[in-house]
Amino acid sequence: MNIIVIVKHVPDLVEELEIAEDGKDLNRDFLKFVVNEFDDQALEQALLLKEKGGGTITAVALDAPEIDQTLFTCLAKGADKAVKIVGDLEGRVTSHAAAHMLADALKAMSHDLILTGVQSAEDLDGQVGPLLATYLGEPHVSVVTGVEARGQMVVVRQEYAGGVTGEFEVDLPAVLGIQAAPQPPRYAPISRVRATMKEKKLVEIQAAAADGAGLNVRQMVRPQVASHAEMIEGNTDTVVERIVGIMAERGLMNG
Amino acid sequence: MGNVLVVVEQLNGKTGEITFEMLGKGRELASALGGELHALVIGGQADELGIADKVWVMGDGALAHYTSANHKAALVAAISAISPRVTLIGNTSIGMDLAAGASAATGIPLIAYCNALRVEGGQVVGTSQIYGGKVLAEVAPEDGACIVSVLAGAFPASAGRSDKTPVLETLAPPALDNRVRFVRLIEPEAADVDITKAAVVVSVGRGIQSADNIELADGLADALGGVVGASRPVTDAGWLPKSRQVGKSGLRVKPKLYLALGISGAPEHLEGMKDSGLIIAINQDASAPIFDVAHYGVVGDLFEIVPALTEKIKG
Amino acid sequence: MPVKGVKQAPIVVEKDSVTVRGIELKGQWNRMFEPRVIDDYDLTHLDRVAALSGGESIEFCYQCGKCVPVCPVDVVGNYGPRKIVRKLQLGVDLTEDADLWLCTTCMNCLRVCPKEVDMIKIMPAVREQAILDGKFVPPELQKTFENIARYGNPQGESPRKRADWAKEAGVPVPIMASVKRPVDVLLYVGSYPSYHPRGKDAARAMARVLTALGVDFAILGHEEKEDGDSVRLAGEKGLYETLADSTIKTLAKYRFNRIVVFGPHEYNAFKNVYPKFAAENGLAWDYAILHYTQFLAERLDQLTPLLKKPIEITTTFHDPCYLGRHNGEYDAPRRLLAAIPGVTLVEMGRSRENGYCCGGGGGGMWLDSFAGGHQKMRLSERRVQEAVEYGASLLSVCCPYEVSRFEDGVKSTGNDGKLIVRDIIEMIDEAMRAE
Ligand SMILES: Cc1cc2nc3c(=O)[nH]c(=O)nc-3n(C[C@H](O)[C@H](O)[C@H](O)COP(=O)(O)OP(=O)(O)OC[C@H]3O[C@@H](n4cnc5c(N)ncnc54)[C@H](O)[C@@H]3O)c2cc1C
Ligand code: SF4
Ligand code: SF4
Repeated sequence: MNIIVIVKHVPDLVEELEIAEDGKDLNRDFLKFVVNEFDDQALEQALLLKEKGGGTITAVALDAPEIDQTLFTCLAKGADKAVKIVGDLEGRVTSHAAAHMLADALKAMSHDLILTGVQSAEDLDGQVGPLLATYLGEPHVSVVTGVEARGQMVVVRQEYAGGVTGEFEVDLPAVLGIQAAPQPPRYAPISRVRATMKEKKLVEIQAAAADGAGLNVRQMVRPQVASHAEMIEGNTDTVVERIVGIMAERGLMNG
Repeated sequence: MGNVLVVVEQLNGKTGEITFEMLGKGRELASALGGELHALVIGGQADELGIADKVWVMGDGALAHYTSANHKAALVAAISAISPRVTLIGNTSIGMDLAAGASAATGIPLIAYCNALRVEGGQVVGTSQIYGGKVLAEVAPEDGACIVSVLAGAFPASAGRSDKTPVLETLAPPALDNRVRFVRLIEPEAADVDITKAAVVVSVGRGIQSADNIELADGLADALGGVVGASRPVTDAGWLPKSRQVGKSGLRVKPKLYLALGISGAPEHLEGMKDSGLIIAINQDASAPIFDVAHYGVVGDLFEIVPALTEKIKG
Repeated sequence: MPVKGVKQAPIVVEKDSVTVRGIELKGQWNRMFEPRVIDDYDLTHLDRVAALSGGESIEFCYQCGKCVPVCPVDVVGNYGPRKIVRKLQLGVDLTEDADLWLCTTCMNCLRVCPKEVDMIKIMPAVREQAILDGKFVPPELQKTFENIARYGNPQGESPRKRADWAKEAGVPVPIMASVKRPVDVLLYVGSYPSYHPRGKDAARAMARVLTALGVDFAILGHEEKEDGDSVRLAGEKGLYETLADSTIKTLAKYRFNRIVVFGPHEYNAFKNVYPKFAAENGLAWDYAILHYTQFLAERLDQLTPLLKKPIEITTTFHDPCYLGRHNGEYDAPRRLLAAIPGVTLVEMGRSRENGYCCGGGGGGMWLDSFAGGHQKMRLSERRVQEAVEYGASLLSVCCPYEVSRFEDGVKSTGNDGKLIVRDIIEMIDEAMRAE
């Protein structure tokens, strides 16, 4: 099976985020980037499928700060090829535009399966997986927690609230949004990543022009965060009443 | 026209709470836009939807089981038939399949992870919660229509219920897309608890005192549809299995709700849970560091509060 | 018996009879002359370890067993070089065995081993092989590697917040990049004093003590990273090299007379490991390195008069493996303790050269649950019990790993209220606060 894994860099949330002066994006000058955690799961799922049934893995990413390191890490973990889509990719690329550029590039790459992380921290205009699938005319399943190859189809598990999962057969080629691989993403020793950087090359392809998401960002703000809990006082009944109220407000009372 | 369409989410024959949350908000938006509130049922039951002015029912047996491909095709067909100004979809597993797919297929912009919506000067403005909740982005569609995927719990469900009888209308389903086929639904097994996947984690620390008292936490977790986690001393003592340990040398969890019962909040523990959506801590010691990361805190005896809380939630 | 690390084929000469001083000795009467199998094991796994660079000395072991009783892991479990060699002989693949991750590289076995079987080299080499082969690596350790690679600290905290502790030190803490002049002391803070709440207490105490002594010092601030020595010993050599390279280059930007380190692990890295790495990579590394206890002990004349407030307490001192056994410094911390008025020092049975390990070395700091699952109790818990057995009410330490480990151990062994844990620098700071 030939698998394409889409990897994406997102701002590292360990760092404080600042809003740009115009209030419409993050201040990207000092941002640090990390690979989207769900994309790591998607890669692990792909590696497990390859280990079981053979085939190839191609990691594909849109150009972004520090993306080379991440693509080489994918190679070090066992991907066969890494493709970087380059072009005019400054600032936040909307999911719609990213999906257009990816679809354009992937049309020319033969594949059975495309795995993406189920979502990313930047998906203001929706997740890339279903957008990409629609542009490519392929079926798509989100929130996937298990994939098994069976000839010209895969059997996948989709997770719903409360731990219920649905099982589906999906004809190939298809796009899957991976929530979690059956085992935690593997570790790539730094020495292997370094060796990979010497041995292998990234393939670069030019991005197609793409429209935006059709949304205007009016402003971005950071919600106020308290440095200490808001204390709930009173007798047991009052306290319990209040806790239940807080949970109900957030829709947490129905399992 | 300024109609609002709510996509009804049904799984296993049950209408999800998110549907009523969206219906309540949809009612408000519809009146602000001078339009009607419509609901769309794909392959399911049109019960309980009295708050809508009109309920569109699409499909039959073939659409009865949810599949991403068929239901997306159905939704796209419905949107072109109804042309709503705003389409509301839950940001659930199903909504993740449908919202972005429908946006790509129809060219209508999507506001994802939305937790606030209003109409301003005739335009719909949504707030999208991104970057792990660290940023709120206020966005509006460039022109007219939009699709919105709505976060669970963003709006009160009570505003979405009514015992009126709506007008029912049927819509012809589109050609089926059988590339995704339903096999079965699997209920979770009690044995395989994965605390990293649970939406609610009720975590106990040394304050729980003994293995026998774990059942207190079990009771609360059951009532909330969650699982029981623990600090290291509790799993070290064998009161709960290692797979329940939260922290640096255990598992990292990010549930919607993390209840910390009798946990002091050592840095090694905080490393495993500080990014949870909502943290509520109950501890006897007002100076416990857990209160520095919790959103809400109670200084008190867990043995008094937890049973009362469980009672109250069970109703 | 190997010669220069290369295994030699056993030479067995069999004779039917020999004549010694005119008396004929018949071979069949003597077991020694009977043909017998002397090598009936499949030595693949042992040979594989011996073939690794660093693994050679595993073959020197002649199973005398001296190492087992001194191994701190054996005290709480079933461990020691002799037992590991035996397992290898019996066909256990160490790269897949839990034993691989339990050694804390404390060096107590090497101290007593007549054959110089060197676990400090063997274990990291086998771990590195296991990691490269994609064998099981305990997830908590893997996560730590990822954190250190990305953020330069094991906690996964923002590198920009590395010097945040200094804001509440109560004294100015200059940062190298902004002082723009040579300083006397470059204080290398380390990750735990930078980020761990209890470590930060010690870092602030250090800043106050240095200031009181009028020391011209500065820190690297957000340019500082994990030194990488424990990473190396845990088997991630590539990551260690990246860290060493970056630290050596960062330090090369600045002028200072000496480096004072908080942690024995940085001390070992800078003194014993970096020089070799720098030489191999054409980098300059020629610094005077001092552990903070050494730096302060040299200034006792100046320090003692400032220690006005008595701390009436019986303390015992835990020798850090990487200050004591690895680097031979036992006295500096004890001299500091002796200078604090009121303090009575009692020595534990396992101290100085035979000091017990806290369990944090060689990556043990990041294998807490994994190791805990293979031992009757944690090493830190065993040590806390020993401190209590010897009648101490305060366990004094001078390694940033230890405060968190021992405070946790105090709680988990039910010694809350009986024993407190303090870094020596905190005690000095306290004793300076005359009312
Ligand atoms: C290297 C290392 C790794 C570690 N990894 C982890 C890890 O992964 N996960 C982890 O959890 N810990 C870990 N620890 C241990 C950690 O340092 C703490 O010791 C531990 O988290 C404390 O657990 P606790 O909060 O349950 O217990 P305590 O700190 O003893 O706290 C118990 C709390 O319960 C409160 N309490 C008591 N009775 C009541 C009552 N009736 N009602 C309400 N409150 C009550 C008390 O006020 C107290 O705050 C690690 C330690 C080290 C050194
Ligand atoms: S002390 Fe040395 S030679 Fe003796 S058993 Fe231990 S490792 Fe082998
Ligand atoms: S180095 Fe220490 S822990 Fe490791 S085997 Fe030797 S004595 Fe045991």
